[in-house]
Amino acid sequence: MQELIEPFARLLEDLCPPSVVRAIEAGGDWRPLWQGIVDSGYLDALVPEEAGGAGLALNEAAPLVGLLGRHVVPLPVGDTMVARALLARAGTAWSDEPIALATGASFAATPPVAAQMLVGTPDEPRLVGAEALADPAERAPLRPLAAVLRAQQIAGAGARVLEMSVAYANDRVQFGKPIGRQQALQQQLAVLAEQAVAARLAAAIGVRGGLPPAPRDAAIAKHGASLAAAEIAGIAHAIHGAIGISEEYDLQLLTRSLHAWRLADGGAGYWAAELGRERAATPAAALDWLLAPAEV
Amino acid sequence: MFETLTLAAIPAEDEALRAPLRALIAETIAAMPADRRARSWQGFDAGFSRALGAAGFLGLTMPVDYGGAGRGAFARFVVVEELLAAGAPVAAHWIADRQSAPLILRFGTEAQRRRYIPAICRGEALFCIGMSEPGSGSDLASVRTRADRVDGGWRLNGQKIWTTGALHCDYMIALVRTSGTSADRHAGLSQVIVDLRAPGVTTRPITDLTGDAHFAEVFFDDVLLDDDALIGTEGGGWAQVTAELAFERSGPERIYSSVVLLDAWTRHLLRERPTDVAALEALGGLSARLAVLREMSLAVTARLADGESPVVEASLVKDLGTRFEQDVPVIVGEDLAAHPDAPVGGELLRTLLYTTQAAPSYSLRGGTREILRGIIARGLGLR
Repeated sequence: MQELIEPFARLLEDLCPPSVVRAIEAGGDWRPLWQGIVDSGYLDALVPEEAGGAGLALNEAAPLVGLLGRHVVPLPVGDTMVARALLARAGTAWSDEPIALATGASFAATPPVAAQMLVGTPDEPRLVGAEALADPAERAPLRPLAAVLRAQQIAGAGARVLEMSVAYANDRVQFGKPIGRQQALQQQLAVLAEQAVAARLAAAIGVRGGLPPAPRDAAIAKHGASLAAAEIAGIAHAIHGAIGISEEYDLQLLTRSLHAWRLADGGAGYWAAELGRERAATPAAALDWLLAPAEV
Repeated sequence: MFETLTLAAIPAEDEALRAPLRALIAETIAAMPADRRARSWQGFDAGFSRALGAAGFLGLTMPVDYGGAGRGAFARFVVVEELLAAGAPVAAHWIADRQSAPLILRFGTEAQRRRYIPAICRGEALFCIGMSEPGSGSDLASVRTRADRVDGGWRLNGQKIWTTGALHCDYMIALVRTSGTSADRHAGLSQVIVDLRAPGVTTRPITDLTGDAHFAEVFFDDVLLDDDALIGTEGGGWAQVTAELAFERSGPERIYSSVVLLDAWTRHLLRERPTDVAALEALGGLSARLAVLREMSLAVTARLADGESPVVEASLVKDLGTRFEQDVPVIVGEDLAAHPDAPVGGELLRTLLYTTQAAPSYSLRGGTREILRGIIARGLGLR
């Protein structure tokens, strides 16, 4: 898969540097970035080969979504990837416009860019205009899918935040030595690393069963990633001090998004309650629950 | 960073160990209340350990030639997971199986391997670890217990403390100074096997806050050891102990310490308040965290299976895992306390109290939280 992931990383580095993220967030033209991604062909990564796509499984395409998080791409690229896969399976045509999964309130500061919304179920998806907010019954069935995308974005951004924080701690000198030599900061950075790994493995659980994800796997993934996101963002800011909360420094692009993604498509509490109801429905010891295969 | 930790699947032949093992466990724990099962790796039952050995569930990663099962790290994961989730009394063989046998296999002489490993695999040779001393806790390199060269062997003097299982064990593998002074730090330390029934060894129990006496202090007063008591190289003790601690820190025991309480509370909750949204959210949240931690522990197991020594990764999982283990009694206690008029069964209450009291030890034993985070920080390239 590396042969597909490396070029995507380079593409995003070229097309979506922090200056472009800032410009689009400020209401600038998102079309050039979108067109570049359309032209790359990656939007069909999950579309079956017989329908003209790359035919990747969800876990194979997941690193691409992680990269979208890492680069804070302010367009629904991951959503469009899975939307196209579901539409292709259902034999429904799509255009080159961005598609967002319609699963509830957005927690981003700026309204999400999308020309169309996907509603319905994984087996019977429907495209509706972006203005039409579907009724809750039409949104809930796609929520687990949206949740595993957000978890991947959190994992990608979390890994980047960890790298930035370690680099900053090794670089910034106070009291005559890099602050990374202070035990108090080392202990916090260790926790940050734990949370970044936890977010990545939680996110991996969400995509392990393929498309669509089992609701239980999605719940575990989003719960874990959402919990980690808050800790990652908090510690990263503690490490970076005042520069981290300045607009010009890139950390804030990542941490604001971490918070938006942890709240989007069900927060930790929402998914914990879902899992609690599942455990109540089929009482079992914890290990037996862990070993039982998740139902799609 | 830490990209080598990825989801790992347990091979089918190792999953197949669960059914026969469960039958054996069920016989042993049938009459044990949850508050006794919650003790699990403090629960001592030499007969059960021998039964596990006879059935082939000990020494899973040891070569067949030494009486082991010749299997891999995943087989051990499955067996440990089943034992801990059930709360089976595993203290008797726990340390010998987990770290003494791998240590002797890796660093011991052929004669030492033949002498100890088959007996460990049968559940008949019980080991404890002599690391901590009154003046030497996290700063392990400061140990003062000395083994001095004498004709045909060593003379041992000093004291170990907080030694889990010492009262019941046959042998201790002790980290001792064989040259220099504690100012020499890592240099001059060696590991020796001490027969705890040898003249000059005195063992005294220490009662802990739960009322149990699972650990002890051990005194060495001119204890004579044979030449072959030394394991590995003289002066190489520090590197050997570091490798040994990777075994100790990497297993699933760092996520399951509170699972007996979790299960007891789950049964109570689903019987008494099956639609209590706040409680179900607590149950779901703990379940989700456990699911992620189990995958992290399996990811470390996969590194072990590939022949690596994932010291930093194991520290990372242990720190996160013990946080979960410590949160369980707090969250369960808060849930029960939120319903002061609802009766709590004596067994659940005793399990809650025991787990609450034992919880501080989770992030002390096998390396404190702060030491582990220091190891992770070094792994990140800090300091």
